[in-house]
Amino acid sequence: MSLLSILGVFSSAIFSGTSLLYTTLGEVIHERSGIVNLGLEGVLLVSASSSFAVTVITGSPFLGVLVAMLAGALMNMVLGYLVIHRKANQLATGLALMFFGFGLSAIIGKPYVGMRIDGLPRYALPGLEGLPRLYASLFSFDILIILVMPISILVWWLLFRTRWGLGLRAVGENADTAFASGRNPLLYRYQALALGGLLAGLGAAHLAIAYTMNWTEYMTAGRGFIAVALVIFSRWHPLRAIAGAFQLLLQSSGAQISPFLLDTTPYFLTLLVLIAWGGNRKQSAPASLGRVYHGSE
Amino acid sequence: MAANTRFFPKVAFSSPIMDSIIRYVLMILLALVLFAVILLISGQDPIQSYIDIFATTFGNAYGFSEVLVAMIPILITALAVALPSRVGLINVGGEGQLYIGAAFATWGALTFQHLPAWLLLSLMTLLGMLGGALWAFLPAYLKAIGLVNETITTLLLNSVAPKLVGFLIFGFWHSAMDTVKTDNFVDAAKLPTFFGTRVHLGLVFALILLVAFWAFMKYTRWGLEMRAIGGNAQAARRNGIPVKRYLIIAMCAGGAFAGLAGMAQTSGFYGVLLLNFSIGLGFMGFLICWLAGGDPFGILLMSFMVAVITTGGNMLQLTRDLPYAAINILLALTLFVVLAKPTFFERKKP
Repeated sequence: MSLLSILGVFSSAIFSGTSLLYTTLGEVIHERSGIVNLGLEGVLLVSASSSFAVTVITGSPFLGVLVAMLAGALMNMVLGYLVIHRKANQLATGLALMFFGFGLSAIIGKPYVGMRIDGLPRYALPGLEGLPRLYASLFSFDILIILVMPISILVWWLLFRTRWGLGLRAVGENADTAFASGRNPLLYRYQALALGGLLAGLGAAHLAIAYTMNWTEYMTAGRGFIAVALVIFSRWHPLRAIAGAFQLLLQSSGAQISPFLLDTTPYFLTLLVLIAWGGNRKQSAPASLGRVYHGSE
Repeated sequence: MAANTRFFPKVAFSSPIMDSIIRYVLMILLALVLFAVILLISGQDPIQSYIDIFATTFGNAYGFSEVLVAMIPILITALAVALPSRVGLINVGGEGQLYIGAAFATWGALTFQHLPAWLLLSLMTLLGMLGGALWAFLPAYLKAIGLVNETITTLLLNSVAPKLVGFLIFGFWHSAMDTVKTDNFVDAAKLPTFFGTRVHLGLVFALILLVAFWAFMKYTRWGLEMRAIGGNAQAARRNGIPVKRYLIIAMCAGGAFAGLAGMAQTSGFYGVLLLNFSIGLGFMGFLICWLAGGDPFGILLMSFMVAVITTGGNMLQLTRDLPYAAINILLALTLFVVLAKPTFFERKKP
């Protein structure tokens, strides 16, 4: 393999891994608070379609990013109302949200199928200006790629180094105890869902208006489920999620394997992680993940 | 997992029937109103759209037969969730099991083309069920030895199965014309259809399974023991019920059902194995089973309702210039409303 094609693989892994990492970070946050969102696929689709539509209409990709974040948070609020307020089953509600997203994104995006946009501007990495243009273009990144590492660290800091993060994790482990120590589990969960939705929106925006720069129905093609798998792979930890999202780097190095089989590796790796750590309490899921909090009156 | 959790709460079909019917009708009306708002926003006439949906599904015999066609796979995948749920297992993996079942059946159809129809179809049915059961075995085994929760593993394997099928089609089975599907099956490998419609033998499979499931749960010792495990696995184990064996068998049986749905869909509906032929049939089965509280009669009603909605969606696409996926909104809204358990007409607890 030539140097150029290796660098090409590297660059495309960064581009496709970024949206995955944002989405995974979002899911880490609300799974830490005890809510599993199987509707991520739908959230991503609605965010992606609305950000693409806004970018076409206004011509401003930054506005598109903003709308994607809002759309993501709103979609998660639908889930939040049903599972937190109405105490609905999380798995079923998540799947219903997924179907909702399929439909809504198809309606939103229909007038914009096949349109072209100017995506997020890309900046050459400092120090690489001297390279030949072909190489430089592989390593000019948009703002969302540049920000993804700092945001991962920020999420880690938020979850593990702040009072709010402690409260959030306490709610995810045992909502009753958290309530007894003066925290409001319902509020924490809404906050976690809102934040997770914003991050999923960023991921979707990167997919639609920075990476592929178009809209097609069901363009996420399972990314939501990969993110759910990666959360488990990274054992609910934002920094390990980085490794998870960019494992594509490893996979694509020997590109002789069928792409279909290559696509299954994240799931098999996650299964292996689950089996390897399955018996270990310390490495397992937040204790009240998926449980309904009935209140403590 | 806590021993006393009953995953599918008995919501609807238990207490006085009139009350639940009224509640469900009101809930569906509410969903229709919400969808009408979305249709209005996207510039469509909601009333005309609903008339279209109604006319295409109940207006003539052919439309009604299409509803039955759409009902076949989701009715079977709902049963694939219902059976394991009786021992407290949550099978979210219907989608993957369906794909593997379809792949196994397709292998049979492509390899044994020259067998007579009755033999080939029986073989494909068995292969489909075997494929689904195998795909469910790993989650079942990991759960039975207490290592990994079956919800997570079935969910992960869902995403693997379509890609494996894609690999098989793309690498080995694709037709000379097209790399995203196999050759059309020979006639002997297609399930027979009835009365010139697209309703195929899968409907009979589905109904037989439904009745068998109901009778098995109600009248056999095994059904009773399974309910005991679902109620309190600990107590069941101490009473000498082989819990592990039941867990594995129930999950694999669920997988076999879903595999049968995949076989019916490829052999009866398409007559060919397509890449990504199911977007969410297995997930829909999960939702239907959940809404029906795992109750066989409820599953029949719910899958019929979902089939009406999806079939109507075809018409919206043709006449209303809406994308086909738009009907998913109505479906999801109906689910949302039911999940939210609105309090109108709820009987006051004495």
